[in-house]
Amino acid sequence: MSLAVLLAAKAVVLVLLLLNLVPLLVWVERKASALIQDRVGPNRAGILGLRFAGMFHNLADVGKMLTKEDIVPAGVDRLPFVLAPALGLTVALAAAAVIPVADVWSSGGRSVPLQVADLDVGILWVFAVSSLGVYSIVLAGWASRSRFPLLGALRSAAQLVSYEVPLALAAISVALCFGTLRPNEIVEAQGDLVFGALPQWGILLQPVAFVIFVTGALAETNRLPFDLPEGESEIVGYHVEYSSMKFGMFMMAEYIHVAVASALAATLFLGGWQVPWLPTEALRTHAGPVLAGLGAIGALGGAAALAGALRLPRGVTAPRSRDALAIGGLGLAGVVAGLAAAATGLGADLGPGARATVAAAAQALAFGAKTLLLCFGFVWVRWTLPRFRYDQLMRLGWRQLTPLALANLVLTAGALAALGELSR
Amino acid sequence: MSPELQSPPLAQPRAPGDVRTEEMLLNIGPQHPSTHGVFRVVVQTDGEIVLDSEPHIGYLHRCFEKIAESVDYLKVTPYTDRLDYLASMCNNLGYCLTVEKLMGLQIPRRATRLRMIVAELNRVASHLLAFGTYGMDSGAITPFLHAFRDREAILKLFEIICGQRLNYNYVRIGGLAEDAPPRWLDQVAAFVDFFEPKIDEYDALLSYNGIFIKRAANIGVLPAATAISWGCTGPVLRGSGVRRDIRKDEPYLEYDKVEFDVPIGRGEVGTLGDCWDRYMVRVREMREACKIVRQVLKDVPEGPVMAPEAKKVLRPPKGEVYYRIENPRGELGFYVVSDGKDKAVRIKCRSPAFCNLSVLREIAHGCMLADMIMIIGSIDFVMGEVDR
Repeated sequence: MSLAVLLAAKAVVLVLLLLNLVPLLVWVERKASALIQDRVGPNRAGILGLRFAGMFHNLADVGKMLTKEDIVPAGVDRLPFVLAPALGLTVALAAAAVIPVADVWSSGGRSVPLQVADLDVGILWVFAVSSLGVYSIVLAGWASRSRFPLLGALRSAAQLVSYEVPLALAAISVALCFGTLRPNEIVEAQGDLVFGALPQWGILLQPVAFVIFVTGALAETNRLPFDLPEGESEIVGYHVEYSSMKFGMFMMAEYIHVAVASALAATLFLGGWQVPWLPTEALRTHAGPVLAGLGAIGALGGAAALAGALRLPRGVTAPRSRDALAIGGLGLAGVVAGLAAAATGLGADLGPGARATVAAAAQALAFGAKTLLLCFGFVWVRWTLPRFRYDQLMRLGWRQLTPLALANLVLTAGALAALGELSR
Repeated sequence: MSPELQSPPLAQPRAPGDVRTEEMLLNIGPQHPSTHGVFRVVVQTDGEIVLDSEPHIGYLHRCFEKIAESVDYLKVTPYTDRLDYLASMCNNLGYCLTVEKLMGLQIPRRATRLRMIVAELNRVASHLLAFGTYGMDSGAITPFLHAFRDREAILKLFEIICGQRLNYNYVRIGGLAEDAPPRWLDQVAAFVDFFEPKIDEYDALLSYNGIFIKRAANIGVLPAATAISWGCTGPVLRGSGVRRDIRKDEPYLEYDKVEFDVPIGRGEVGTLGDCWDRYMVRVREMREACKIVRQVLKDVPEGPVMAPEAKKVLRPPKGEVYYRIENPRGELGFYVVSDGKDKAVRIKCRSPAFCNLSVLREIAHGCMLADMIMIIGSIDFVMGEVDR
């Protein structure tokens, strides 16, 4: 396989992965908000009686977005108006290119980095590209030729520029600690142990930077308590003039931003693809037990789904019997597959290629779990807090977060210099 | 639009260099998520700063007072439901008490006690909505759904007692439409037990949230003198530290026989009379309302709920009367003039929301756009009553 084909394949997989993450995150958002607000959440939309706990509601949403009338209001600046949502989505997708989902897959002299672009300035790439996202919002607000979107655009221009500073400073502190800007190396470095016991994750070395980073990420993704550009109850949002899939693209961009910010935070602070206490070599040597462990997790998940399905009302006339059947069937399949994987792991002797694949799978799962956990944090915050006011937001960014991040950076650099680590 | 708002945008540069800044007219409403109905306010802004604002009302005008002159006394009650549609029980009560005073009707005691219960429950329901939507104005959506969950319990109680969830038409001239069904009082007691701890949850969720305090404290400060001179009443006036409550000052029903406090703003987290004070008065009034309901429940005598003198067609004696009660939003007054016939010559409604809303322009000077929404929310008006 030539390099170009491989690269293209990886890019396609990443884009598909991220685009499919959007409905999942929307579902998480809806169900988590329902949980927080003592509601049931979406559970009506279905196909052939299958609802999957509201998961299929997203399909209905997509159908709605695609079939609604696409209104371009009279008087808008047409080209930027049409371009803005596409730009937002593109930028959000592109930023994810440098984030490694697992360690380099290597077997028999061939090695494949499991990220689209293994740049030596990967962290810079994320910041460079994701800050272009502000153009999408500003263009949308300006081209709409309407006052509410204009206010949203102005707010976002100020907000995104302001919070980029502490965000980048926090990331630099981490990069200083690990002495590299290459995401995969940062993650690798986090596999070492401190005090011989705890994995050397960024959050352990840089707790202050983590808080700053997550706060900044909330602001960068325009989510509560920093959703001023949208500010639904005040200015209704920079995308108030948009309809149909153009609006859908803004929404998708927001969720992809959340996913990318979470992935980046996981990479920098939560050890990325590192499985705690199990470096890549260990995963490969003990590929059998690892596969067995993965199988066991899968079987447990399947069993949980099965148990959940058994609690649904059953019988031919029961309203959710098909759901019960489908979820139960999937659960059962999960149990069987999990047990089979476990048996394979314990019984069969794996080749080097298979070992590398098992290790990569375990790491990708660990990475996914960390990212989704952070995504849930984003959702949780959104449904708990009120919104800051414009000047309060700016004050927090420039007078509190930025000096704090600077102090943290200086302290980190000083400590590293004192320890003689900077010469590395 | 008033002439001062039509003046051409400022052309004087405020920023250094040759940057020209212009003022902008922003039309908030009548279709806007935070104007609590069909309220429209034209805001003159310099960027995010509100320089001036002009409220426009009338989108929900229904000629209540004119209609009230052309139907007989009993038929006015359902129209009062639609005034402040979040506190229909209280509106019914205000109107009925006025006509009863005009006629000198004596109301059975059971009816009086039940009226107090429904009025206070309605106060809780109304303040719950104010609490929830105020959270939403500040960007927090979860308190709203919690408030609606608990408000639903009150609506269920009302549905049991009168079959309606919003426009009750339950309090009638001479008493009540129907007696409370058996066990209804137990259900009310159960609700109060369920609800009181929830208020602590609200405080934890919203009232003392750091961001919320930042947003609501020191915003829209309404000094007591201004509030009085603009005719503000209810939580808006009490938020400015004035202890004024008709239930205490001119007790109607049997409010003089129950113990309760009148919460007032104290400027705890900011300036006296700011948005947070007005908001907090409402939250605290929910506790007081629960206290009142508990006391009333202890003594609800058996007996009829309708005065026997209240006939199908009422002909109050010639005369005129003004009577006011404490609605969730302030003093609701009715002025009724009778010439001895079956229809009133004139019915005038003194709407608390209208007077409270009129102070908006006064207190919204120089605030930011986001504060404007918070101030509008803290006044807690209902357009059904403002426009009538």
